[in-house]
Amino acid sequence: MTLDPQYLHYPRRRYGMDHDRYRWSMLTDRPPVQWPGGARLALWVNVALQFFPLNQRGKPFKVPGGMTMPYPDLRHFSLRDYGNRVGIYRFFKAFDRYGIKPTIAINTRLAERAPYLLEKILARGDEIICHGEHMDALHYGGQAREQEAELVAGALQRLRRLSGQPVRGWISPARSESENTPELLAANGVAYFCDWVNDDMPYAFHTDSGELTAMPLSAELEDRFILMNNLHSEDAYVEQISDACDFLLAEAEREGGRILSLSIHPWVLGQPHRIGRLEQVLDHICSREGVWSASAGEIFDVFQAQQGSPK
Amino acid sequence: MREDPGYYDYWAYENRPGITWPNGARVAFWVAPNIEFYELNPPANPQRAPWPQPNPAVPGYSIRDYGNRVGHMRQMRVLDKYGIRGSISLSTALCDHHPEIIELCLERDWEFFSHGIYNTRYTYGLSEQQEREMIADSVATIERHTGARPAGYLAPALSHSEQTLDLFAEAGGLYTCDLFHDDQPTPIRVRNGARFISIPYSLEMNDTIAYVVNKVEPRRYGQMLKDNFDRLYAEGAESGTVMCIPTHNYQVSCPHRLKAFEEALEYITGHSQVWLTTGREIADYFLDHYYDQALHAIAAQAGGGRSA
Repeated sequence: MTLDPQYLHYPRRRYGMDHDRYRWSMLTDRPPVQWPGGARLALWVNVALQFFPLNQRGKPFKVPGGMTMPYPDLRHFSLRDYGNRVGIYRFFKAFDRYGIKPTIAINTRLAERAPYLLEKILARGDEIICHGEHMDALHYGGQAREQEAELVAGALQRLRRLSGQPVRGWISPARSESENTPELLAANGVAYFCDWVNDDMPYAFHTDSGELTAMPLSAELEDRFILMNNLHSEDAYVEQISDACDFLLAEAEREGGRILSLSIHPWVLGQPHRIGRLEQVLDHICSREGVWSASAGEIFDVFQAQQGSPK
Repeated sequence: MREDPGYYDYWAYENRPGITWPNGARVAFWVAPNIEFYELNPPANPQRAPWPQPNPAVPGYSIRDYGNRVGHMRQMRVLDKYGIRGSISLSTALCDHHPEIIELCLERDWEFFSHGIYNTRYTYGLSEQQEREMIADSVATIERHTGARPAGYLAPALSHSEQTLDLFAEAGGLYTCDLFHDDQPTPIRVRNGARFISIPYSLEMNDTIAYVVNKVEPRRYGQMLKDNFDRLYAEGAESGTVMCIPTHNYQVSCPHRLKAFEEALEYITGHSQVWLTTGREIADYFLDHYYDQALHAIAAQAGGGRSA
């Protein structure tokens, strides 16, 4: 057997990254960030409000959390819907109890389908960011650029119109991107996106339509990942978030402000047997000195003012 | 295809010639950080897809990049704290991409061994000549950037051919980390007849196997490391054992995981009869003191007779 000789050619073997999206840099080589009020840790609680269509196409893959049974998969459709009807209201109560300022990442299709929920969010004054069209409208390598351009523009424009907010942030469904996604986001007025998990702090991300900032939303600490993918216990979820919180606080003491990002889903943690664990986690974090609860946009603004690249 | 790779003969974990490590140590303990580079747009391989999704596979690529941007410094500081020199399983293209990391490890006198060029370029499907060239490239790259030829090999992404170990031995290597059949070093049969051995590297203690494949909780991983050590330390009183913790900067150095690793290192290094060492030092010591004895003992056991 022999492979094409190209298999042992490495055209991008060079200094830095094997692409031109961002500059190679180690976190410890960057200047320390200062959070408002001398805080050491910015707490970014990111709530994913998602619509999983019953008629899922699964192209090019079945989204995690989506339908798995033959059509009509009522069990998964309705269990995901539970989060938007019931779980989210448990979240709001917990946030208010601990003074948390959440960031709401919503599928545009859901914002259209649940006007009561949208009004509730707007009345609370939470920041809304776009989580794409819906959970089955994936962005992926090889996707036709025109098709994706329509998807991005449509999701953003409609969400801005519905919410009246500028909607500066973006998370792709399943955090899946095509090779064109960053360009399309920048061209549509997105300032920061949260798909890449290669850092614990924001960094500048190049696109041919202008600069984006990549915001670090941990996938390893996501409720769905720990509980549904790793099948860890609820106790272990609390331990892992608490350990991460204490570790980052200690690191921030030496190296400058850090971010604890909690990606949570009301269809996961909003269940009656799990909501107490969210409260336990928030209780642990809020009992620590030097924690600043802020929305993604606020964290982005403070970072940009200190370290953003000049426009 | 063969029924058995033919690298070693059966050798029972009893009645072996006793091993004593330097200064009477019972356990040779080494940490092997995998410092890897994965490509955003790797070429297709006929037998293994680099990423579960079409390129660009942002989730998989970006978490591995996290290891180099964020995780490396964290793990290095912990190893410094406990006086441990890493034995790096290196995607050798990283010498070009991130020479700063190489420099930091060189300053600390860490060992570099070959883990191929990229962890997204597999051995599967390569001709013997192609694999020879790939190994030679990795060996030359390490020598050029660190001043020393690598003694050890771990095939990229643990992808092998039937010739992998032969080719590495022919390139002047001394040891392989690719086999998981023992808790002590063992002679490995290679076609050029070189004195070549396997050093225990451990799949079970590998953080990526524990966290990603077996989905172990961080604190339980810490406990597994301690339990693994306790037994090897106890058995090492009779004949020296080897414990390895293979790590990945994108797994072990995450904020919710580093503490478990650190506590295990604190525990292990708190024991007096532990040799904190590297893969190459274990290989050299075993080859100098025990290799020949081991060959005799294995041969004596070949017919089923018990060797005392």
